[in-house]
Amino acid sequence: MARTLVVVGNGMVGHRLVQAVRDRDTDGGWQVVVFAEEPRPAYDRVALTSYVDGWDPLGLQLDGAEFTDDPGVELVLGDAVASIDRAARTVTTAAGRTQPYDALALATGSAPFVPPVPGRDLPGCHVYRTIDDLDAIRASAERARAGTGRGAALVIGGGLLGLEAAKALRDMGLSPHVVELAPRLMPLQVDEGGGALLKRLIEDLDVTVHPGTSTGAIEPDRGRLLATLGNGTELDVDLVVFSAGIRPRDQLARDAGLPVGERGGILVDEACRTADPHVYAIGECANLDGRVYGLVAPGYSMAEVVADRLLGGTATFPGADMSTKLKLMGVDVASFGDAHAATEGALEVVVNDAVKGTYKKLVVSDDAKTLLGGVLVGDAADYALLRPLVGRPLPGDPGALLAPAGGGGGGVGVDALPDEAQVCSCNAVTKGAIRAAVHEQGCDDVPKLKSCTRAGASCGSCVPMLKQLLSSFGVEQSKAVCEHFTQSRAELYEIVRVTGITTFSDLIERHGTGGRGCDVCKPVAASILASLGNGHILTDGQAGLQDTNDRFLANIQRNGTYSVVPRIPGGEITPEKLLVLAQVALDFGLYTKITGGQRIDLFGATVDQLPVIWKRLVDAGFESGHAYGKSLRTVKSCVGETWCRYGVQDSVGLAVELELRYRGLRSPHKLKSGVSGCARECAEARGKDFGVIATDNGWNLYVGGNGGTMPRHADLLVSEVDKETLLRVIDRFLMFYIRTADRLQRTSAWLDAMEGGLDHLRDVVVHDSLGIAAELEAQMAEHVRGYADEWAGVLADPEKLARFTSFVNAPGAPDPTIAFREERGQRVPVLLGTPEVISR
Amino acid sequence: MTVQQMTVQPMNAVDSTMWFEVCALGALGREEGVAALLPDGTQVAVFRTHDDRVFALANLDPFSGAAVLARGIVGDLGGTPVVASPMHKQHFDLRTGACVEDGTVAVPTYPVRVSGGTISLGRT
Ligand code: SRM
Ligand SMILES: Cc1cc2nc3c(=O)[nH]c(=O)nc-3n(C[C@H](O)[C@H](O)[C@H](O)COP(=O)(O)OP(=O)(O)OC[C@H]3O[C@@H](n4cnc5c(N)ncnc54)[C@H](O)[C@@H]3O)c2cc1C
Ligand code: SF4
Ligand code: FES
Repeated sequence: MARTLVVVGNGMVGHRLVQAVRDRDTDGGWQVVVFAEEPRPAYDRVALTSYVDGWDPLGLQLDGAEFTDDPGVELVLGDAVASIDRAARTVTTAAGRTQPYDALALATGSAPFVPPVPGRDLPGCHVYRTIDDLDAIRASAERARAGTGRGAALVIGGGLLGLEAAKALRDMGLSPHVVELAPRLMPLQVDEGGGALLKRLIEDLDVTVHPGTSTGAIEPDRGRLLATLGNGTELDVDLVVFSAGIRPRDQLARDAGLPVGERGGILVDEACRTADPHVYAIGECANLDGRVYGLVAPGYSMAEVVADRLLGGTATFPGADMSTKLKLMGVDVASFGDAHAATEGALEVVVNDAVKGTYKKLVVSDDAKTLLGGVLVGDAADYALLRPLVGRPLPGDPGALLAPAGGGGGGVGVDALPDEAQVCSCNAVTKGAIRAAVHEQGCDDVPKLKSCTRAGASCGSCVPMLKQLLSSFGVEQSKAVCEHFTQSRAELYEIVRVTGITTFSDLIERHGTGGRGCDVCKPVAASILASLGNGHILTDGQAGLQDTNDRFLANIQRNGTYSVVPRIPGGEITPEKLLVLAQVALDFGLYTKITGGQRIDLFGATVDQLPVIWKRLVDAGFESGHAYGKSLRTVKSCVGETWCRYGVQDSVGLAVELELRYRGLRSPHKLKSGVSGCARECAEARGKDFGVIATDNGWNLYVGGNGGTMPRHADLLVSEVDKETLLRVIDRFLMFYIRTADRLQRTSAWLDAMEGGLDHLRDVVVHDSLGIAAELEAQMAEHVRGYADEWAGVLADPEKLARFTSFVNAPGAPDPTIAFREERGQRVPVLLGTPEVISR
Repeated sequence: MTVQQMTVQPMNAVDSTMWFEVCALGALGREEGVAALLPDGTQVAVFRTHDDRVFALANLDPFSGAAVLARGIVGDLGGTPVVASPMHKQHFDLRTGACVEDGTVAVPTYPVRVSGGTISLGRT
């Protein structure tokens, strides 16, 4: 019979434990019950600050956090465990449920420490740990915004969390002040020199830093708060955030008589077991070897140890890497190993470049042969390479390692790393493990490494290193389109754009490797030529470049017939038009289906029937739906404010407008969109390449969504903008994608692969950091102006029409291999001549 | 329409090959294909390469069973002239009909000749 594992706390570490047990417990030895005090499934606390970008709690949710399809896990949300009866081996929750256990894992995390400052309980005083905390801070910030002028906020504590909080507050439109008791920011991670530079860089970003002082008192003052600092400074603020450290949540264990450390934390051994062999403690609530770890990676290691132990293993805690790298408001900060040179005889090598705004320090052993640690501020690019070298012989002179990355890249290459070096610290993956995944499991790109080894799947800071390792193991990550071009699709696009080449022959003669092209490069070139406005896609010389779907402006089906998909913008259609579709379908015996894209697909047309069918449709006011093209497909809509009692904007109207604006736009892959009239999201806009959701004050734009093979939720790019801004940002976004994406790379994969990710994208398309926004907009304006229906173009041109014949010597003769049978009242293909030659 | 009514005409037999005129060379664009129907109902895919050579393969794609090869993209792989099936992209050598991806599969080829600007297909 299955034993019961009770997990108290559904934070990051508790969740990892449940996942690890479920992954490994293949014969169902454990039934898991998880009690969560918070009302939602486990989310990415490390990324908490990004919640401010869209106020979307689901965006932070950890993969598989709901365990909906897993009968082996019961997840109890919003009910905290109130007591443990170790003798009876039960826990009792606040709601009164008593649950027996065979093993108990405490993963209660920690609570923010609020120093005893007078006034700390006043309304407007907050902590910074949970989604609920951020919602409360937002409410206070909004109250401040409603007042006059720019609001201000005080952050107490200038450590990692305090600076994160300051960033969040700044993003909410407040002016943050940061008070830090120590003489510098991030005293735990960086040294004095680094701290000084950090202060300067952070102050450049409109955050006022008050180092070396305390907060004396907070008092209510005419609807705001008055904070008096230890040095006498008085600050008028709208809200206060305490981030002065954390304390392990060990009360439950204390009450149950389990020993805790002097400064808190449930005492555990190297197997993460407490004094009671049935009770484990992991994550920030645990105290191992006298230490409480405030980072997620050591917590994950503990979770893995306990999972192993529960399944009969003998794993022990491997020790922790307390290195940190973060980007705070665009400022890189990293510290690793013995950053404070605490080791006996340690030497420091410092390069402080005040002009460039970078500070780099390496700590080395007394013989300068072994790297012990370091601090990087302003530019932490070397972090990924240096961190794994800690404790190992230096591959070169320490000074050379810090030299600006010219030519030799500072001297350290991934080749210098030993196999045991940890490449991904979030998931404890070594270089050796990556090597094995590449050589033995055939992983030849980062996504495959992610799914094989988990490396890169958490904070992502090791991804650049993974790429370097792939090349160092000889995996060529070629961007060449095919054997005929050494260039990537983006490079070909640039070539065509800059040279104004208008034919494939010119392109391959001037820029190809010889040869005539193939079914890979030809459609790529055709798409680029079309994106850059080179007329109808069947114009002379272009028809032969097109995939069969584009060549016949219809989608090929398994028996060689085609489907007909007229555009139905936004899914809105009149009864009259429905009648036309019905009549055409009846007259030509076409199988009729509502598609997943809110329109109607008519199947089973032969090549020679296509123009006749389309003539009828075009005459009735339909146009090509581009179901065949790598171009805009549909803009799905919900019914929106016109009818829906929840709708706050006209989602159908906007969907129709977007669909008409971007119809026919050729792109590296297909483009889909959706518009929802409120946050209920009935149009599934967040599953689209660009999706729009109405708010009371405007529109939120999400980008990079995907259904399909690798589903991805879209990320919020801009919020609450008016329609004009919305269109401008979408114009730029789409054109930037068309310009830079790889062949057949959806926006989701493009965004995932983009260096700098969403922030970079936002910089380019919102803040115009590359200075190309006007050009992108002009290109889109040109597209909108030049749009013409492709089917009308065919019908008007006898030469193009001539292509739509079944047989060159017998136009109109039916293809004898095509036959139909009836199924559920409609015609479906019968497959004739199905091959017996297939030998696979 | 029946096969007899079609515009295909048997030409003089040479070497016991029956030739059927299918179309003018100009009706077939460079690096494109068209389908032709032989009197016995056989479908042939006729391709013209950049250097005006003309090739003929069976139109039936052996992998999908659909008669579609004429609608594939014409090009070359490592110097071999090929057509890519529009269905699932396997490549066939225009000269031999051999499938590039799978050595055990080949499609039939047909004799072709171009004379007086007209393409004719042969049947032995
Ligand atoms: C007709 C339709 C299924 C249906 O009966 O509902 C359909 C049919 C095809 N889909 Fe789809 N997809 C259809 C909606 C979808 C959706 C749903 C949606 O759009 O909301 C998705 C998931 C959403 C997404 O794309 O993110 C979808 C994800 C795919 C994919 C996977 C794309 C990916 O990024 O992973 C492919 C394969 C590809 O494009 O490479 C695909 C490819 C295809 C192709 C083109 C496959 C092919 O080459 O033959 C199918 C032929 C279309 C035809 O003959 O008309 N179809 N396909 C839907 C047409 C919608 C429309 O009105 O245009
Ligand atoms: C803003 C922010 C930024 C951070 N950035 C980083 C970073 O860059 N790198 C890094 O390594 N770490 C970072 N951390 C720290 C990291 O989030 C924690 O180390 C990690 O979340 C610890 O996981 P945990 O499961 O131990 O605790 P938690 O994630 O805190 O989870 C504990 C859970 O247990 C619940 N709980 C407590 N008591 C009970 C009870 N009696 N019954 C039921 N449930 C209970 C709590 O409500 C909570 O949901 C950051 C933290 C914050 C707040
Ligand atoms: S998304 Fe909102 S407005 Fe649109 S149909 Fe759904 S509930 Fe109504
Ligand atoms: S180091 Fe965070 S994902 Fe690899």
